Amino acid sequence: MFSYCTDPDTLGQIRWLSCFLTTGVHMSFYMSFLKVLFLLAVTAPVALAFGFVGAMAARSRLLPVSLMGKTYIAVVRGVPDIAFFLFFVIALDQAFEYIRHKVLCPDWDQPIRQGSDFIVCQAAKLPLGTDPQWMHETYGFILAVLTFAIVFGAFAANVLFGGMQAVPRAQLETAEAYGLNPGQIFWRILVPQMWVYALPGLSNLWMVLIKATPLLFLLGIEDIVYWARELGGTKTARFSDYPHGDWRMWYFFALLVFYLLMTRVSEVVLERLMTRLSHGQATTGGEAQRRAAA
Amino acid sequence: MSCLQTIQDYGLRSLGFGERLLPRSDFTLCEHFTLIGSGMIWNVYFGVVALAGGFFLATALAVAKASNAWWLRKPAEWFIFIFRGSPLFIQFFFAYFLFLSLKSVHPIFDPFTAAWLGALIVLFFNTAAYSGEIFYGALRSIPKGDVEAADAYGMAGWPRFRRIIWPTMLRLAWPAYTNEAIFLFHATALVFFSGFPAWQQRGDALYYASYFADKTFNPFVPYPILAFYFILLTLVITAGFGFVNRRLNRHLPRDQRRKMRFRPNLIR
Repeated sequence: MFSYCTDPDTLGQIRWLSCFLTTGVHMSFYMSFLKVLFLLAVTAPVALAFGFVGAMAARSRLLPVSLMGKTYIAVVRGVPDIAFFLFFVIALDQAFEYIRHKVLCPDWDQPIRQGSDFIVCQAAKLPLGTDPQWMHETYGFILAVLTFAIVFGAFAANVLFGGMQAVPRAQLETAEAYGLNPGQIFWRILVPQMWVYALPGLSNLWMVLIKATPLLFLLGIEDIVYWARELGGTKTARFSDYPHGDWRMWYFFALLVFYLLMTRVSEVVLERLMTRLSHGQATTGGEAQRRAAA
Repeated sequence: MSCLQTIQDYGLRSLGFGERLLPRSDFTLCEHFTLIGSGMIWNVYFGVVALAGGFFLATALAVAKASNAWWLRKPAEWFIFIFRGSPLFIQFFFAYFLFLSLKSVHPIFDPFTAAWLGALIVLFFNTAAYSGEIFYGALRSIPKGDVEAADAYGMAGWPRFRRIIWPTMLRLAWPAYTNEAIFLFHATALVFFSGFPAWQQRGDALYYASYFADKTFNPFVPYPILAFYFILLTLVITAGFGFVNRRLNRHLPRDQRRKMRFRPNLIR
């Protein structure tokens, strides 16, 4: 990147390092950090939406719907999340291809599962074999986001369900007395008030979500773990201008520091948010603020 | 081949006994159940040993973090922050490569690069940090009256800690600690996907489940079996910890006993 980088063998230590850390592959490494942040930014709202639907289903008055919501919550929490990640990446892919196969190729007569093979017609393949590379990568990323959303949606559903239960019963009864219908009570009374009760759980969930992002590696995405392993491995002078020994330990140390920083920043921000939200609420936090001000 | 034969061949495969070659084609349901179940031995081993060791370190960490002396408090705070603030997955990778480079310094670090010791150490530190934070929270919410009563009886130092503070701390922390235990057992599934090699294909339950899923390209059989085993394990843990919980609370009137609730979302 720098002008003096043309012949790395002749450089001193500091300059060598500055050239080494700005090679093209290292730029991909830094981009993968953005990938992680992007995943977090996309997944958090999607998972929250899944959680909201799950919590609504779990407190539904129709028994089958409420059972479905509760089963979703219970099963995802009872099994290691990594198993779900490995499962959903294949299962979602096969489900999409299966549906497309049924729609696009109705006159196909062979079975889809033949022994160890999963065979759908060419037109049903996702993404199509003729698609450019970026489509394949985007498809993989969308599958990863969906998987994360399904797993963390269940956790969010549990937290939101608890938050909804925690809203004082008197508030809802008052709304009933005013003649609001169930939909109005839910949207105008329950939902605005539940957030302050759900926030401790949700902020905890955010921490868990941050710490789950390295699992992207297992879903076949070229994320920070992938690049740390690639770049850290021993490089000989034959294949690289920057030969070095096994530095994977240092790369993973950098990742460790990155995650610790993320955690620390989130802690500070969430603390502020909690202070903001508790303002004027009938909770211990809100009460403490009132006393301090008085 | 009968199912009994399969169990004889593969029941202890994860420990290296029995048939050497894994099944390669025409997988039966029995083979799925046997091999994944055999892998569970590793999950139980990691979970039980890390939990048993981590319990003592966690108590020490909690006491250190609650201490007034800064030279005790600061290291405990940092230890807990580092292990709770970073992903276990990255910790495994880092530890593995750390042990790998230490290995070239001295052969004494040889066993540390194997999962049975290296991963165990990471899990041990990790669970100690999480439970340490739980115990610390419990330490801070011990009723003031309990400690004052102990003072009035002339108890101080070690006897006061052992007979008053520690049991109360455990009683308060137990429901959260149960959840931590369940999470720890779930976390053991990460071991063989994070650098630590499965020597001679002796892996844990998830290792075999993903082996089957890769070979058959059908995730709908092995993963539900894995889920079945883990839910079974979760039930066993809940029952065992519930038994301890009843014992810890046995002196209290019935309506004051703290109910155990399965709430994993509020810990990690």
